[in-house]
Amino acid sequence: MASNLNAKVAELFNEPGCATNRSKSEGERKKGCAKRLTPGAAAGGCAFDGAKIALQPITDAVHLVHGPFACEGNSWDGRNVATSGPKTYRLGVTTDLSELDIVMGNGEKRLYRAIKDVVARYDPPAVFVYETCVPAMIGDDIDAVCRHAAEKLGTPCIPVHAPGFAGSKNLGNKLAGAALFDHVIGTVEPETTTPTDIVILGEYNLSGELWQIRPLLEQLGIRVLACITGDARYREIATAHRARVTMVSCSAALINVARKLEERWGIPYFEGSFYGISDTSTALRTLAKLLVERGASEGLLARTEALIAEEEARAWQRIAPYRPVLKDKRVILYTGGVKSWSIVSALQEAGMKIVATSVRKSTDEDKARIEALMEDPHMVGSVPAREMYAQLKRGEADILLSGGKTQFVALKAKVPWLDINQERHQAYAGYDGMVNLVAELAKSLSNPVWEDIRRPAPWEKGPAEAGEPAVTEA
Amino acid sequence: MARLVTPRKNASINPLKTSTPMGAALAYLGIDGAVPLFHGAQGCSSFALTLGVRHFKEDMPLQTTAIGEVETVLGGAENLEEALVNVAGRMKPKFIGVASTALIETRGEDFPADIVSILRRRHELDRTAVVFASTPDFSGALEDGWAKAVTAIIESLVVPGERRAKAGTQINILAGVHQTAGDIDALRDLAAAFGLRAVVLPDLSGSLDGHVNAEFSPATSGGTALEDIADLGEAVATIAIGEHMRPAAEALEGLTGVPSRVFATLTGLQPADELIAFLADISGREVPASIRRQRSQLVDAMLDCHFYLGGRKIALGADPDLLYSMSAFFAGLGAKIVAAVTTTSHSPLLVEVPAEEVVVGDLMDLEERAGEAGAGLIVTHSHGRQAAERLGLKHLRVGFPIFDRLGVQHRATVGYAGTRSFLYEVANMFLADIGEKTPEDFASSRVPEFQLQESDHAGATFAGH
Ligand code: SF4
Repeated sequence: MASNLNAKVAELFNEPGCATNRSKSEGERKKGCAKRLTPGAAAGGCAFDGAKIALQPITDAVHLVHGPFACEGNSWDGRNVATSGPKTYRLGVTTDLSELDIVMGNGEKRLYRAIKDVVARYDPPAVFVYETCVPAMIGDDIDAVCRHAAEKLGTPCIPVHAPGFAGSKNLGNKLAGAALFDHVIGTVEPETTTPTDIVILGEYNLSGELWQIRPLLEQLGIRVLACITGDARYREIATAHRARVTMVSCSAALINVARKLEERWGIPYFEGSFYGISDTSTALRTLAKLLVERGASEGLLARTEALIAEEEARAWQRIAPYRPVLKDKRVILYTGGVKSWSIVSALQEAGMKIVATSVRKSTDEDKARIEALMEDPHMVGSVPAREMYAQLKRGEADILLSGGKTQFVALKAKVPWLDINQERHQAYAGYDGMVNLVAELAKSLSNPVWEDIRRPAPWEKGPAEAGEPAVTEA
Repeated sequence: MARLVTPRKNASINPLKTSTPMGAALAYLGIDGAVPLFHGAQGCSSFALTLGVRHFKEDMPLQTTAIGEVETVLGGAENLEEALVNVAGRMKPKFIGVASTALIETRGEDFPADIVSILRRRHELDRTAVVFASTPDFSGALEDGWAKAVTAIIESLVVPGERRAKAGTQINILAGVHQTAGDIDALRDLAAAFGLRAVVLPDLSGSLDGHVNAEFSPATSGGTALEDIADLGEAVATIAIGEHMRPAAEALEGLTGVPSRVFATLTGLQPADELIAFLADISGREVPASIRRQRSQLVDAMLDCHFYLGGRKIALGADPDLLYSMSAFFAGLGAKIVAAVTTTSHSPLLVEVPAEEVVVGDLMDLEERAGEAGAGLIVTHSHGRQAAERLGLKHLRVGFPIFDRLGVQHRATVGYAGTRSFLYEVANMFLADIGEKTPEDFASSRVPEFQLQESDHAGATFAGH
């Protein structure tokens, strides 16, 4: 496996579609993005984690994890990616290799039988087989097993080479994309095609966000041929090569797939975002423009403008009532990447002040957008938990918007917090999503609980002496 | 007597198990000022951390030696050293608990020797207690990891020798992985009622009970103090909860001579009686009036609740000790255990489970058996929700992980009071859907379920224990 995997990884690090890569020197690029992790100071998921995240929303497939127990056992049934149909993807399936399997070298046999079992039991359109660290180390040939199983059983079996030790979650996303491109996309022809077929890349339908977007596209007569991967079916992904345009939504992670779709099938792509009102509009506009360039009827452009005008007006109108609660409230936006700017304008429109926005995973382009949006942009890198806690405790912000990892930093400092990353249960995409976000912010900030819990206990003197943050508003 | 069945399987579908290193990490988190460290690749600790946070709704420290592709070939000793030094420098813990994962164990290195040599050379670690437990994922499950970590802590940190001359009022409690913060608080109060000071190891009631500190701490705050661990030998007795804590109790007894007693379960009238009798005995005190009242309240609750539990068909999925505890509780109130699935075959208690058979398997085994037997309630952790949904059954969440319910850390099921409140919780689940009768309920083909009192329910077996 090793040489095979290494070649794949090297190829991914050479990705010309990646903005970070383009800005690197030749030498830097050769080294790749894989920084050696610091033992005892590392955080974040492994490549397998990333691959699974990217592929699991293929809802009718079985996702079979080959390895000892923990890889799948500690992670299954974890994310809120929604389905409108099949639920097969929610199963947690693993070969759960025992010590004996490993010592005796029974891994491949076990894997084949496991594939056979799940095919017999669920008759899925495909089985995704994930390689994890131990089988990769001992050299199980999962390509051969998958080939053999596909032949014997007549069900496509897709090997996904993303053992955790190969690198980060982000690398895993890319390796998953490579697996789709190598084994899935282009293997099935769609029953019909239309001049407005698109592919969306990097939209996982978290908490149903795709369903905030789909109706807009449907109103415009745009068909999502495949969403890679959100509420997806195997066959849809397999037909993705017949789309007219690709939209890359979650920026860098799946850019390699977009570029290859362009290279091999001539499908143009663009990067856009459905977070934020103006970004949603820009994405729709770009989609329409590219589709028309590729033969869709001109009328699409006018229809898109009309829809945008109507939806934007409606969104701003729905945000207005929240202004009194949100006005001048100070926000720390701790997320990075696209979201470091894409929701800024909605927050500002609601009257909020952005105290700081984190640019941890942001590219130069991301940073330029922040500068354009904010008068006094306060960009921060990654902030250690202790510092963030102190800052919140000093009362420097009224609310923290971040991912689950920093949740407790805010809550323990008795400061409101809103989840805007992947574990959240709220959908924030498109126009409705932004209204939803603003409503959630208002709900959180106006909750009387904050004032109540910040009061000192009867045996404590006063807020100042007890080291409590000053209550920001009476 | 149950038959132990291990179906031959090629794939585990919907695992019931939680990994062995996770068990070790949880035990380490019950120490004050602790940082658990997984010796393995980065993802293993990331998954365990996420799962832990989902259950406890608390942040927790958990670090990794971050083995990469190169180290899988060359060996991980350097990473281990670097990680220990980095954790000690950055997070200033009093204690680092190392747990090995499958990846590094497959390679097979001599970790204890590595650690000894690292500690000898690196003086940055002089003021940090470092403990190692071998916990590969491919062997055992949650209970095993927890138990191995506790045993390792005892073997490395307890001051050996007979020290009971100083003994007065201290009692050691070796908590099992199935004890919640609420359980531990309850046990500590019970001991206090007899004038005994309980030292609990591991003590998640201090570290992961969901409290708000005045200061920010990267390591755990609360949990068993290292000084208390050193002095475990000063106790009059040790109580171990669950069969999986027997090796730890024996290790402690071997080191210090403190006599130990393993309680298979503390949930139910008779188990609570045994605990109270034991506490009265070692303290030489009368049972206080408040505890006598609790007993009579439990008896009354059992009288009130047995109507709703008698004849119910229960499907249980849990690690061995929790499985035994729950099965005894339900069977003792006239319910019938129609399906019992567990995670590992190590435990001698499994054959004592009041069911026909105990299957070592996954949630799919539980789902299939629950469906076939017409169970009315599924009792397992949160991952059982899919099975419950498909079967249209009520789902009582017990064990680890519970991520779709709040406050689980404060649910106590031990002693008279814990059993009483748990009993009410269960009975209310059944009571909730006893609605008004309609003519269809009396169709000749259907007999209401609660009249099906089976004569051979296992309560009698249990009472004789
Ligand atoms: S790092 Fe390797 S062993 Fe650990 S969870 Fe990821 S794939 Fe599995």
